[in-house]
Amino acid sequence: MQTDLESGTAPPARAMSAISVRSVTKRFGAVTAVNDVSLDVMAGEFFALLGPSGSGKTTMLRMIAGFELPTSGTILLDGADVTKRPPFERDVNTVFQDYALFPHMTVAKNIEYGLRVKKVAKAERARRVTEALATVRLAEYGDRRPHQLSGGQRQRVALARALVNRPRVLLLDEPLGALDLKLREEMQVELKTIQREVGITFLFVTHDQSEALSMSDRIAVFNGGRIEQVATPGELYEQPATEFVAGFVGTSNLLRGDDAANLLGERATFAIRPERMRLLRPDDVAAPDEIAVDAVIGGVQYLGHATRVRLTTASGAALAVDLPNDGRGHAARSGAPGTSVRIAFGRDHALRLADPNAAHPTVSSPSGREP
Amino acid sequence: MYLSRPARWCLRIWCALVLVVLYAPIVYVARLSVNTAKNFAWPPSGFTLTWWQRAYHEPGPRLALLHSAQTGLWAAGIALVLGTLAAFALTRHSFFGRTPISLAVVLPIALPGIVTAIALLSAFQRLGIDLSLETLVVAHATFCVVIVYNNVAARLRRLAPSLEEASADLGGDPFQTFRFVTFPMMRSALLAGGLLAFALSFDEIIVTTFTAAPSYKTLPLWFADNFSRPNAIPVVNVVATFVVLASTIPVYLAQRISDGAATFSAETRG
Repeated sequence: MQTDLESGTAPPARAMSAISVRSVTKRFGAVTAVNDVSLDVMAGEFFALLGPSGSGKTTMLRMIAGFELPTSGTILLDGADVTKRPPFERDVNTVFQDYALFPHMTVAKNIEYGLRVKKVAKAERARRVTEALATVRLAEYGDRRPHQLSGGQRQRVALARALVNRPRVLLLDEPLGALDLKLREEMQVELKTIQREVGITFLFVTHDQSEALSMSDRIAVFNGGRIEQVATPGELYEQPATEFVAGFVGTSNLLRGDDAANLLGERATFAIRPERMRLLRPDDVAAPDEIAVDAVIGGVQYLGHATRVRLTTASGAALAVDLPNDGRGHAARSGAPGTSVRIAFGRDHALRLADPNAAHPTVSSPSGREP
Repeated sequence: MYLSRPARWCLRIWCALVLVVLYAPIVYVARLSVNTAKNFAWPPSGFTLTWWQRAYHEPGPRLALLHSAQTGLWAAGIALVLGTLAAFALTRHSFFGRTPISLAVVLPIALPGIVTAIALLSAFQRLGIDLSLETLVVAHATFCVVIVYNNVAARLRRLAPSLEEASADLGGDPFQTFRFVTFPMMRSALLAGGLLAFALSFDEIIVTTFTAAPSYKTLPLWFADNFSRPNAIPVVNVVATFVVLASTIPVYLAQRISDGAATFSAETRG
């Protein structure tokens, strides 16, 4: 029922789904890697499976590719049941985490492989390989061996080798994990551009929330083998449905129990982003729609674009407030550790989170939307 | 690593000494094969190719060489098939009794040759099988299988499983995956294993003594027969020298192949 948390932008028609996962469970011995997951990915979407390691996202991808058989549930590609089909009978291609380029073949032979085993005519093969090499800007590299390429180039060969087959869906298993930060940011932009050009559905596995936020149309957040929330990057950040999402995607201050009851008038768990809180100067007063609370500064962290002030309230709640380093000197005035300050935040910015103890199907979406 | 000057010189001398101890006897035999005197006397007394001519015209050594080659090829061939199958089964699949079976496959190489020899001989006699080329090949295959198995299993363990998955993912059926991906990646391990197995069979003497037909003389048996006959000593020297020279070819090839294998695995990991 996790799809109940889907955003309003998701087209509801199942017929349009490139991938449809229905109540899929995967157990390895006593371990349940994927627990009753349902998911629909629309044709042409750039969709991310985001979660920490061991959350089941890679297992989910491997079941869609056909490398693992679900313990129960069904997987449909373009409406056709492929649950029990072997990988070579599925119209999906994978970009592996270690790229898995064939070391005994040249770059061109690697890219040609899928067409060769499918017995595509030789001239057609040559044409499409040239085209694929051009798409990933490696036109001059066809005769090289994989070990003669840099990490970023291998990544692009792996992408070309998959795309040359024009699959319905491209699966990417942490494809940027092995690259250094700068190259990674370049490849993020490039992947997104290529996806727009070819118009193929991309299903992208990552543990990096900023990567998922910056590239995806929609994101499914995995935790403990289940999906916590499916939403657009903006919704995920602005309206996290659960405590896990609020903490995993960006940073959140959590107010619960008595604190929540005292400040917000409801005994529930609320998340407030650090950048939505402000420090009140001595002559400042909170606006009518704001909630103010006294706290003591515990520490100050410089983050580059912002300065994070860590505070503790009188009741012991730990809070973080991000002050933008926008050149107006807010951050410089935050004060030394031990200083008593007053902080304020808009009532609207406190997001009520789902009760983690409630049974999963009864979780109400934060937007109040029911199916 | 930093080494002081004296330490470096000590190591150089030590290294030279080891090489001398290893190769001096071979050089000695080679020199004697073209010596005018018939005995093992040193210093050599002159130069002649008489013994090489005599060895060339004698049927004994040539037949022995042929027999050894024949046995080695059969044994290595059988080992390649069985060893490869065993390696696939034991590294790719988990099943009840996998550990004892893998031990049973590897054990023959560790057993003393004399135990294997006597066990096989009594088994052949009990079953009423006459000693022949077949019995000899079976006996040699018992330890040749281990060599091939070890080589192939090591390669399979290093082969990234994602390569075969990638092949399947790109549309390759299991047969195509084996033909285009798995086999080419294993080829050098098979060659190296086969060469080693052949070499092992080629100079085996203990098991051969017990399991070959009496009239079937392999090269080591021929050496053993002729070594103590003063008249045959020069010819023994010639044949020994010839075998040393001939064996450098497969050794050289095996080394080149395993060099290739090393880069191969580096590529796989990279």
